[in-house]
Amino acid sequence: MKVQINGEMRDFEAPMSVLQLLTVMNLPSQKIAVELNLEIVPKSAYHSQMVAASDRIEIVHFIGGG
Amino acid sequence: MGLDDRQIERYQRHLLLKEIGGPGQQKLSDAKVLLIGVGGLGHPVAQYLVAAGIGTLGLVDDDVVSLSNLQRQTLFSETDIGHSKVAVATKALNRLNPHVNIVAHERRVDADNIAGLIADYNVVVDGSDNFATRFIINDACYEHRKILISGAVGRFDGQVSCFKAWLSDAEGTPLPCYRSLVPEAPETQEDCATTGIIGALTGVIGSLMAVEVIKEITGAGDSMAGRLLIYDGLSGAMRTVKLNWDPKNPNNGKQD
Repeated sequence: MKVQINGEMRDFEAPMSVLQLLTVMNLPSQKIAVELNLEIVPKSAYHSQMVAASDRIEIVHFIGGG
Repeated sequence: MGLDDRQIERYQRHLLLKEIGGPGQQKLSDAKVLLIGVGGLGHPVAQYLVAAGIGTLGLVDDDVVSLSNLQRQTLFSETDIGHSKVAVATKALNRLNPHVNIVAHERRVDADNIAGLIADYNVVVDGSDNFATRFIINDACYEHRKILISGAVGRFDGQVSCFKAWLSDAEGTPLPCYRSLVPEAPETQEDCATTGIIGALTGVIGSLMAVEVIKEITGAGDSMAGRLLIYDGLSGAMRTVKLNWDPKNPNNGKQD
């Protein structure tokens, strides 16, 4: 299935959870939030939230500067 | 207490707005806002809130002015280097609007002093520069039911939200708090000193935070509670996304 991540189309094998996506992409879940179709996915839902074809995903980095 | 002639002239552009007007201006002058962090975000927040005629603005910071601050902290000048940020900012803000009561808190926020610091204020603004302080502020604002306007910057990026997680949405789901976005502090310190920051970007995000403070006080428009505004300076794009309460979140009163 094709998914848009940070504006780029990527191809993944379905079915895939948000947690699996982070693992496949080697993204550090401690430093980022996942935005799925303009909604931040709660961290406790990473295993249950499935990614679907045509989803738009943005990786939002935590920033703490002031 | 109504506005005198000088105040009517000073706040004329507010008074013209149907969302603010005389009643909104009165709410602003009755409001007490605590700003934590007199840095890149704190400067525009303080300048715009003081110019807006907020009643009381508390400033919390234990740092002194350094040369590298001047790239973005516009209330300071070279002659201020080595002096207390809070003291220098208080003087500059008093010049900007002598009607605003500026309260100086020259100290660093910690888990022991936070409750006392926020007690006298209606709204808390988080412009701090580290995750540990952000969690302390979030937890105390949740416990003591203080509206929290939170902003953060790094490199070319900025984020703004409003947290009041003791309230629920129309479906009865609690609103999110800071921990709904950042459940625990990342191991690496992502502050401006280590990652770098575009000075003007702190102006963008700090100004957005000041707008949200004014909205919360006057009731104008839609609260950012439950939403996160994300500014991507490199692409020149801004978007607002939904931020949900996380049932695993320990700070919303309910846990699985």
